[in-house]
Amino acid sequence: MPAPPNGSSATAPVARWDTTADMPVLHLEGDWRGQGLLPIPPATLVAASPVLVDGSKLTHFDTRLAAALWALGSGQGLALNTQSLPPGLQAILSLAAPAQEQSTSTPHSSWLAGVGLLWAARLGSTRQTLAFVGELLLALSRALRGRTAMRGSDLLHQLQATGPSSLGIVSLVSFLVGLILAYMGAAQLQRFGAQIYMADLVTIGVVREIAALMTGIILAGRVGAAFAAQLGSMQANEEVDALQSMGLNPIEHLVLPRVLAMTLVAPLLTTYAALVGMLAGLMVAVGIYNVEPLEYLIRCQDSLTLTHVGIGLLKGTVYAMLVALAGCRQGLHAGRSAQAVGDATTAAVVQAIVWIVVAASIMTMTFQRLGW
Amino acid sequence: MSDVPPLIRVTDLTMAYGHTVVQQGLTFDVFPGEILVLMGGSGCGKSTLLRHLIGLQLPAAGHIRYGDIDLADADELQLDQLRRQFGVMFQAGALWSSMSVGENVMLPLREFTDLLPREIETLARFKLALVGLDGAFDTSPAALSGGMKKRAAIARAMALDPTLLYLDEPSAGLDPLTSTRLDELILNLRDHLGSAVVMVTHELDSIFAVADRALFLDAKEKTMTALDTPRALLEHGPDTIRHFMRRGVPA
Repeated sequence: MPAPPNGSSATAPVARWDTTADMPVLHLEGDWRGQGLLPIPPATLVAASPVLVDGSKLTHFDTRLAAALWALGSGQGLALNTQSLPPGLQAILSLAAPAQEQSTSTPHSSWLAGVGLLWAARLGSTRQTLAFVGELLLALSRALRGRTAMRGSDLLHQLQATGPSSLGIVSLVSFLVGLILAYMGAAQLQRFGAQIYMADLVTIGVVREIAALMTGIILAGRVGAAFAAQLGSMQANEEVDALQSMGLNPIEHLVLPRVLAMTLVAPLLTTYAALVGMLAGLMVAVGIYNVEPLEYLIRCQDSLTLTHVGIGLLKGTVYAMLVALAGCRQGLHAGRSAQAVGDATTAAVVQAIVWIVVAASIMTMTFQRLGW
Repeated sequence: MSDVPPLIRVTDLTMAYGHTVVQQGLTFDVFPGEILVLMGGSGCGKSTLLRHLIGLQLPAAGHIRYGDIDLADADELQLDQLRRQFGVMFQAGALWSSMSVGENVMLPLREFTDLLPREIETLARFKLALVGLDGAFDTSPAALSGGMKKRAAIARAMALDPTLLYLDEPSAGLDPLTSTRLDELILNLRDHLGSAVVMVTHELDSIFAVADRALFLDAKEKTMTALDTPRALLEHGPDTIRHFMRRGVPA
């Protein structure tokens, strides 16, 4: 591609080291287009050794040769004298002069330091989560006193996005899980001729545990991930910084409407999921195990206490809040790249599910101990 | 230059988003080894024209030809082969965030050459050194400043020594020294590697330093109102362009 410096016709590329002179010489001849492999320098050359690069018979070159010469000087530390190279090659090499920026890569350190840094990062993350929850509680208290900067339209938008938009998937999953629970329970109860008690099993199981758990997991996948992706993208586009730079609190403007929407919608979705699950149980009992519909409904009514309903709704609300917290926390503290937004979304879903399972265990054990 | 067949021939091009026409009646050539600057006010369609030239958007009317290939009629295979001759630097860098800066530059070399891995790494480090970033080889793009991202994107665009380099506002946001260094690099690529460069820029210093010709897109007229050397446009161009090139100072 480059113009031949001396107008000679193209010949095969040649490179050879000459160490007979006072200063070692690297002779380059011919057409070096598409070529970039230089012979290994003589072993006598050490770092900073002066080397004359003779390019007087060089006819053509491209950046492969330039890169190879640059590597001799920069990588192997040889002091190249390039004055006899064609001007174009000299110009390219001078442009690739020493770096302006120092390497930003992490220096190597011992495994012990690595473990320490890992723990420090974990501790920092926990502290960040606690600070986030603290700021959210403060924003919530301001909202309860009517002093919030949160826009009502933001809350309505989030209510729409979290509630009605989730009904389809909640219906499907709750129905199928109710179906599975009824089948599994009935198969065991039938062995004792007690299939009528499947009404108790399905009602208590769905209302007290399953509806809340499934709603929480669906919200984690559907809404928590969306929260993390939305806030992560806003972080990457400096929208969050723009809010802060104008003295606006991102927690009040971005997090509070999402957490409040989830908290308000969760009991409704949990109730709906429980009703759909119970309906699935009724269909299995009546359709497969020939239980009278009225008998099934009476058993449901007998087994369903206000305590079960209250515990189910409480669990559903707690799970939804945890999902919202995980999604908003991960999104708001995401990095500033597309990769970081993806990582934050994944982390939000994983964290929400782990938190839900931990919360479910704690609440189940606590309520059992209390005899509720 | 008119004796040499053009690399790109644009004929009566109309660019539109749906029914909204951005520019129409664009007719110009880009010749081998030429540096053509696209300039005009904000929103006049400079970046859109670049996207059309790269084949990322199809013309609403008119033709963009690379030799015998008309972009509107080209199949995906032809477009891919054509694009391998391009180096493109997008406005915000568009570095792949899942890779290090070095990997960003090495990817086209790995995909489209048979070079040994060691030589690929040397070439990538060299291209980064050309833009003053050889120390950032292992760095994640997220850790780079805006200007560094642009320079890394230029290094990636140069990875395959393209015959055509498309640069979208390469020196916007760069300090004067880096901007001057970048101008030198662009001139060097043209002078010694023969690359043609099509560049969108508002930087008047860069325009006068590197451009062989400048094409002015007028947002109000929705067409090109001048195509000439920057000096000729400054001295004899229409009033609007002279006004533009004197930073609003009356001619």
